Amino acid sequence: MSDKIVSDAEKQRESVELYLKQLGNIIYEQIENREFPWIMMQSRSTDNIIYDPDLRQYVLGDRMIRRHSRNIRHIRPFTQLVWTAWFARELLRLRKTSTLREVYYSARGQRDIEFKNQAESDNIITDLETALNTPREEFNIFPEERSAIFGDLTIEYTVPGYEGKRMNLTEHPDGVMIGPALTSSKFVETSADKVLVIEKGAMFTRLVEEQAHEQFNAILIHTAGQSPRSTRSIIHRLNRDHGLPVYIFTDGDPWGVHIAMVIISGSANAAHLRGLATPEAKWIGVWATDIIKYKLPTENLTDYDVKRLKELTADPRYKEELWQREIATFLKIGKKAELEAFSRYGLTYIVDEYLPAKLEGL
Amino acid sequence: MTEVEYQSISPSDFFYRNREIAGFSNPSRAIYAAVRELVENSLDACEARRVPPNIYLRITEVAASETGSSIYTLRIEDNGTGVPAEHIPHCFGQVFYGSKYTLKQARGTFGLGGTITILYGQITTHKPVRITSSTGGDIHEYEMMIDIEHNRPLILKHTVLDNKKGWRGTAVELQLEGDYSRSRYRLYEYLKQTAMVNPYADITFVDPRGRLYRFKRATEQMPPLPKPVKPHPHGIDVETFRRLVAITKARSMKAFMMEHFQGVGPTTAEKFLRAAKINPKAKPSSLKPEDIVRLVRAAREFNDFIRPDPSCLSPIGVELLETGIRKELNLREDDFLKVVQRKPATYLGFPFIVEAAIAHGKSIAKQSRGGITIYRFANRIPLLFDESSGVVWKVVNRNINWATYKVSSDTPLVVVVHVCSTKIPYKTVGKEYMADQPEVEREITNALRSAARSLRLYIARSIRLAHEKRRLNIFGKYLPKIAEFSAKLSDREEPPDVRPLLAAVSASLPEVEKKISEVPQIVGQDS
Ligand SMILES: Nc1ncnc2c1ncn2[C@@H]1O[C@H](COP(=O)(O)OP(=O)(O)OP(=O)(O)O)[C@@H](O)[C@H]1O
Ligand SMILES: [Mg+2]
Repeated sequence: MSDKIVSDAEKQRESVELYLKQLGNIIYEQIENREFPWIMMQSRSTDNIIYDPDLRQYVLGDRMIRRHSRNIRHIRPFTQLVWTAWFARELLRLRKTSTLREVYYSARGQRDIEFKNQAESDNIITDLETALNTPREEFNIFPEERSAIFGDLTIEYTVPGYEGKRMNLTEHPDGVMIGPALTSSKFVETSADKVLVIEKGAMFTRLVEEQAHEQFNAILIHTAGQSPRSTRSIIHRLNRDHGLPVYIFTDGDPWGVHIAMVIISGSANAAHLRGLATPEAKWIGVWATDIIKYKLPTENLTDYDVKRLKELTADPRYKEELWQREIATFLKIGKKAELEAFSRYGLTYIVDEYLPAKLEGL
Repeated sequence: MTEVEYQSISPSDFFYRNREIAGFSNPSRAIYAAVRELVENSLDACEARRVPPNIYLRITEVAASETGSSIYTLRIEDNGTGVPAEHIPHCFGQVFYGSKYTLKQARGTFGLGGTITILYGQITTHKPVRITSSTGGDIHEYEMMIDIEHNRPLILKHTVLDNKKGWRGTAVELQLEGDYSRSRYRLYEYLKQTAMVNPYADITFVDPRGRLYRFKRATEQMPPLPKPVKPHPHGIDVETFRRLVAITKARSMKAFMMEHFQGVGPTTAEKFLRAAKINPKAKPSSLKPEDIVRLVRAAREFNDFIRPDPSCLSPIGVELLETGIRKELNLREDDFLKVVQRKPATYLGFPFIVEAAIAHGKSIAKQSRGGITIYRFANRIPLLFDESSGVVWKVVNRNINWATYKVSSDTPLVVVVHVCSTKIPYKTVGKEYMADQPEVEREITNALRSAARSLRLYIARSIRLAHEKRRLNIFGKYLPKIAEFSAKLSDREEPPDVRPLLAAVSASLPEVEKKISEVPQIVGQDS
C-alpha cells in the first residue's frame, strides 16, 4: 500500500512538472514565431468572482483575460510569471519545498524581476495557479506554517527521505505543525469520529491538556487566526475522504465568524481553486446568543466591528438563517466575547460543560 | 515778507543735484550705472565704425573710504570711431553734447550718460578724468574736470601722442566712489546679457579682485546700420516742431511738411494742412504758438500718413540673436531655442520691432530652479531692474496661458524679449523698464505666443521621445528574460531570438528622434 501512495504522489509531481514545461514551450514558440508572448487565464477581477450556491463556495466566472508581454504594464508581471514557473519547476525537479516568503526572497538579486513586496510575489503565484489550474502546494510552494494538528490520525509521508514513514499525530503533545510534509502525506487511519477546529493556539493547548481529543473522540486542529490554505485543504480531506464531521470554534466577534466561514465556503481569493472549502463544516461558537446564554464577560463592538458585521449580512455566503440570526444578535447587543471568556467559570468549564452541550445541541 | 531769490542753474548743476535720475542713487548702483553708460558709448562707437567691438573694462580699488564703500578706478577702452580732438572736451565735459541727436536707433540719445558718469566721479573723488582717443591720426590725451556751474569742460592737460601703431578708439579712465561687492552680481548680469544681444562684441572685464571675465565674440557679423530718418508726424512734439519751424528754409507750410517729415507727399501735405485748418501756402515763420500746438495735435489724429519708416531701426536679427543666446546660455544642439522677429509696427508715430525668443531644454534646466527666467532688452541694452513692473513681465505672467503650450509652473524656460525703437516706451527716467503701451504689449504677446507654439511641439515631442525610449528600455530589459526562462522552463539550451520583437518596438523611435533635433517651424510664425 505504501508503495502505491508514493508512486501516486510521484505521478502527480510529474504531471505538474509537465504543465510547467508546456507553459515554457508555448512562450518559447511564440517568441520564435516573432510574436509577443501571451497567455490566457480566467480573470480574477471581482466581477468575475461568483458565488456558486451548489458548490457552496466562490468560483471564477467564464471571463478570460490575456496576459500580454506587448503591453508595457504587463511585461514585468509577465516576466515574473515565467520566472516563477521556472522556479517552481526547479523546486519540483530538486524535490524541494519553499514558502511564499522564500519565493519573494529568491527573486531578490534577479535584476528587473525582483518583487517590490511579498504581496506582489504572492499575486504572481496566484496567477500561475490560475493559469495552470493547479494550487501552489503542488508546485511545492507553501504558506508560512502556523497551524497545527493533534489527535489519533496515522499519516504516511511522501516527502524525500521520509517516504513510507508513518506517524500518529498524538505523538507530540504540542500538536504537529501543518507544513509541506504533512500536507503531502497520506492519511492512513484514524479512530476519531469528528474534527474540532479552534481559532486560537491557547485554547488548542488547553484542549490537548484536558485530553479533549479522547473525551470527544476528535482530531484537533488549530488554525492560528485565518486558516492557511494547506490547513483548509486538510480539513477538506478529513471531511470528504474520511467522512469526519467538522466543528469550528472561534471568538465571538465578526472576525471569528469569518474565520469559520472561510473554512466552510472558501474565500474570494481562492475562487480559482477547488478542494479548499468544507461546506459540511459547522460553526458551533462562540455565538452571539451564547454570550447572552452563558453571561460571558464581553467587550463593546467597535465601529470597525459593526461595519464589518454589516458587510457580512450582505455577503451571499451568510444568507442562511443561523448566520443572519447571530449577526443580528451581535449588532443588537453591541458586544463581543473571546474564547477565553469561559475562564470566568474555571479553566475546564469549556471542555466539561460548554462543548458537550454545544455538540449535543446540534 | 520773505525774499525770494531767483536763479538759473546749468544743466550740469541740475544733474548734479538730481543724479539719482540718471541711476547714480547709491554707491552700489553707481558702479553699475557708470559701467553701463561707458560700455554703451563704446558699443555705439564701434557700431558707427562698423567694426566688431573689442571692449576692455577694468575696475581697480584705490582706497577704502570711511563709508564702507571704496574709491575705484574705472578704465574702459574700445576700438570705436574715436572722438575728433576738438570735440573731446565737450563730449565728455558738457551735458547735452553728442553725436546721436538724429532720429535713428542708438543706445545713447541724450548726450548725457558719459558726462554724468564723469561728473559723478568728480563729485565723489575730486579727481580729473583722462580721455585718450584717436580717429586714426594722432592720439589726443586730455586730463580734465567739469565746471559744474557753467556746464563746460575745464582742461587740465592736453597731450598729443604719436600713433605709430595706427590705433583707433577711445579710452576713458576715471575715479569714482562705489561698492563693488554689492554691485558685482548686477554688473556680471549686465555684461553677460550685453554679450547675449551683441554676439559680435568681445568684452573683457577685470574686476577689483583681479578676476578676469571674458565674453568672447561668437561671430563677426553685425546687424545692418540703421539709416537716419526724418520724424514721422504722429510722433512729433511741440518743442521739436517749434525748432524745425525756426530753422526751416521752406517757404510754405506745404513745402515744410514735405521737407521735414517722412512719407509726406504733396497730396498728403495738403490734405493734412486743410484738416488742421492751416493754409498750405502760409509761411512757416508766420505760425503763431497756438497754430503749432494745433498742428501737433492734428498730426496725431490724422490717419492718412503712411506708416513710419522702420529703416531707422536696427533689430538684432533672428540669426544673431540665436547666436548670442546660444553662446551666453551655453545651449547644446538638442536644446530648444526659437527666435521670432515681428514685422515693424508703430505706437504714437514711433516705429518699433519686437524680437523674442524662448529657450528650453536640459541646459536651461541645469542653470535654473525651474519656472520662467526673463531677459529684457531695449535697443540692445539689458534691463535689469523692476522686472515685475515692466510690460514683458505682464505679458509673460498675465497674457500668455502657458498651460496651452504644455508648460507647467516648474518647466525651466528662458524668455528673451528685445524691443527696438527710435523711442523706447520707458516708464521712468531711469530707463529701467518699459511701459505697457498697448501696441508694444500686443507685439510682445504675439511674438511670444508664436515662439511658444514651436515650444509646445518640442515639449510634446520630448514627452513622446522619453516615452518611446522608456518603452524600448523596458522591452529591452524584459524580453530577453522571458526568452531565457522560457528556454530553461522548456529544457532548451538556447533562448529564442528576441531581436525581431525589439526591432518592432523601436520602429518608430528614429523618426521621433530626428524630429526633436529640429526646431519646429510653424506656418505664419514670423509675421
Ligand atoms: N567711446 C566713445 N567713442 C566715441 N565717441 C564717444 C564715446 N563716448 C562718448 N562719445 C561721444 O560723446 C557723446 C556724448 O556721450 P554721452 O554718453 O554723454 O551721450 P550720448 O551717448 O549721446 O547719450 P546718452 O546720454 O543717452 O548716453 C556721444 O554722443 C559721442 O559722440
Ligand atoms: Mg552715452
